[in-house]
Amino acid sequence: MTHLFFSLTLGLYCCASAAYLACLLRTSSTLTLWARRLLTTGFIAHILSTVHLASQAQHLPLTNLQESLSFFSLMIVGAFLLFERRYKVATLGSFISPLALIMLGVSSALHGEVRQLHPILQSNWFWIHASLAFISYAAFTIAFGVAVIYLIQRHFVKTKHFGALFQKLPPLETLDEISYRCLAVGFPLLTVAIISGAIWSEQAVGSYWVWDPKQTWSLVTWFIYAALLHGRLTIGWRGKRAAILSIVGFIVLLITFLGMKHSITW
Amino acid sequence: MNIIVIGLSHRTATVEIREKVAFSPSLIEKPLHDLIALDDIVEGVIVSTCNRVEIYATTRDIAGGISRIKRFMADHHCIPLETLEPYLYSYHSEAAIRHVFRVASSLDSMIVGEPQILGQIKTSYGYAAEYKSSGIILNRFLHKAFSVAKRVRTETKIASSAVSVAFAAVELAKKILGELTDKTVMLVGAGEMCELAAKHFLNSGAKGVMVTNRTFERAERLADEFGGESIRFEELFQHLHRADIVLSSTGAPHIIIGPKEVEEVIKRRKFRPMFFIDIAVPRDIDQKVDDIENAYLFTVDDLQEIVQANLAQRSLEAEKAEEIIDQEIGQFYKWLSSLEVTPTIVALRNRFDEIRRTELDKTFSAWKDLPPDAEKRLEALTMAIMNKLLHTPTTVLKQAGQGGRVDLYVDALRQMFALEAAPEEKEELELEED
Repeated sequence: MTHLFFSLTLGLYCCASAAYLACLLRTSSTLTLWARRLLTTGFIAHILSTVHLASQAQHLPLTNLQESLSFFSLMIVGAFLLFERRYKVATLGSFISPLALIMLGVSSALHGEVRQLHPILQSNWFWIHASLAFISYAAFTIAFGVAVIYLIQRHFVKTKHFGALFQKLPPLETLDEISYRCLAVGFPLLTVAIISGAIWSEQAVGSYWVWDPKQTWSLVTWFIYAALLHGRLTIGWRGKRAAILSIVGFIVLLITFLGMKHSITW
Repeated sequence: MNIIVIGLSHRTATVEIREKVAFSPSLIEKPLHDLIALDDIVEGVIVSTCNRVEIYATTRDIAGGISRIKRFMADHHCIPLETLEPYLYSYHSEAAIRHVFRVASSLDSMIVGEPQILGQIKTSYGYAAEYKSSGIILNRFLHKAFSVAKRVRTETKIASSAVSVAFAAVELAKKILGELTDKTVMLVGAGEMCELAAKHFLNSGAKGVMVTNRTFERAERLADEFGGESIRFEELFQHLHRADIVLSSTGAPHIIIGPKEVEEVIKRRKFRPMFFIDIAVPRDIDQKVDDIENAYLFTVDDLQEIVQANLAQRSLEAEKAEEIIDQEIGQFYKWLSSLEVTPTIVALRNRFDEIRRTELDKTFSAWKDLPPDAEKRLEALTMAIMNKLLHTPTTVLKQAGQGGRVDLYVDALRQMFALEAAPEEKEELELEED
């Protein structure tokens, strides 16, 4: 069952990505509508697949890279669908849905060994930590996508290239606002995720902070986003500077997520 | 019945000619009555705008109708027909339908996609309906033209992009600032184009206007007009930070807004973006302003470029519009053709019945000692023959009415059996709400 839903999700994300990319080339409201429908259906299949997996394993599927990637992409798609409804930024989908597809593709290619749940993962703090972390990651991923689009659109404006792509991409201020919203949601979640992670660490190894690479890089990520949010609220960092920082933050976040093995679990 | 169109437009005639043959809306009643009083002209509508003067009419006699209407246009405006003729075009049947659909959809306009023409045709039709010069066919025809125009507008993007500099400025501002509802516009100097752009900005929801000018009275007057705020020219930089959109068009020979000032203003705005448009020649705003983060400067040339690109886009959309029109012509033409089927069948039947009656009466009066039920029998016999004879032509005609080639049959029948013109069908059409 899980496998069936998973394959269905993969197929639907694939179609949605194709449709969203086609939206960049052709302006058609029907095409945009279908892209969204495909992605929404894929999202539902993805939820079913995740729920099914969770009910079989009796825990959230967040225990290895394969599961995490799938959960990550689920959160990204969910966050995108929310923002798309609110801000009507279909072009963001041309960026987000292929990203979700790639993550899911990598996840499916990874070898998912069925293994006993490690005893130290059997803590509520771990589940809070992991799920919040991924929701905040999803928010930051959207912020990253928006930042990239912002820089592209800004380039068009400053060089006075008013082509078809310029017409399609959302207004600069809208992008900036979405970016800010993502930060405003993602940052508190990341903060709580790090704190709950520390509590879990205390339960698991007896120390709140062990300075392993994962924890260290998480802190670096946190500082970058803290600086960005602070700069925005006090000095008014927005536009290009905020976009670049948001991209840097996301790269560090990826390093944290993919590159740094947890000394505790993996 | 055929639809004919006779007229001239910006494509065929200069403005000097066009204004000579224009019909004034306040005096339209007489020409409308004169028009339908012409021989063989059944219905008529006169459309007269600054870019075109056209007459739509229905007639049985295409060639005669066209030449009579040409003569009518010349005589009405006291111009020799020979002078007017070279500027006139005329269409009939399908081509006439296509022409009017294209005009209403603004495909034939000077600026393709500009929507005014539709309103002008609606007004012209309103006069024709009021003075009863339009009837069942033109009523239906023009309503169809309006609905085709609506389809074109909603299904293609022909009218969606800005093709005037002032409007392009608004569109561009939206691409940078997003919604304009909480944005303030500042006019520096009071050029005509700036005023127009300010109007467009206000129509698009901008919150307020500030006006500054070297002569303060002028600023005050403009501010009153827009319900805005007037600002002394010396105090420009004390207020500039409140403006999200700055439109500048002073006649000053030197730069008025430089990068240093803008940098300070932007900082004061906490880096919220500012949108500058410089319409003045020589320029009012230093080009270096555009290098400042979150400041966006555009000149008239930039806007002009957008306008050109949009015009090119419109001609692409126009192709889609032509496809829509193609579909609609087919439908309307079918209706127009089928219109004459029923009256023709009725007339044909009446003709046959008339012959039958005459011959029966002759027989009855000549034949004195008829058996008692002979009259009844003869009646039934002739009736049966007539019905059998009429059965096939009626069926064929009805089928042809659905196929669209009915004109041929109707004309042939009318001539072969010397049928009279179809009686006018009474049908009331409600004015379609737009």
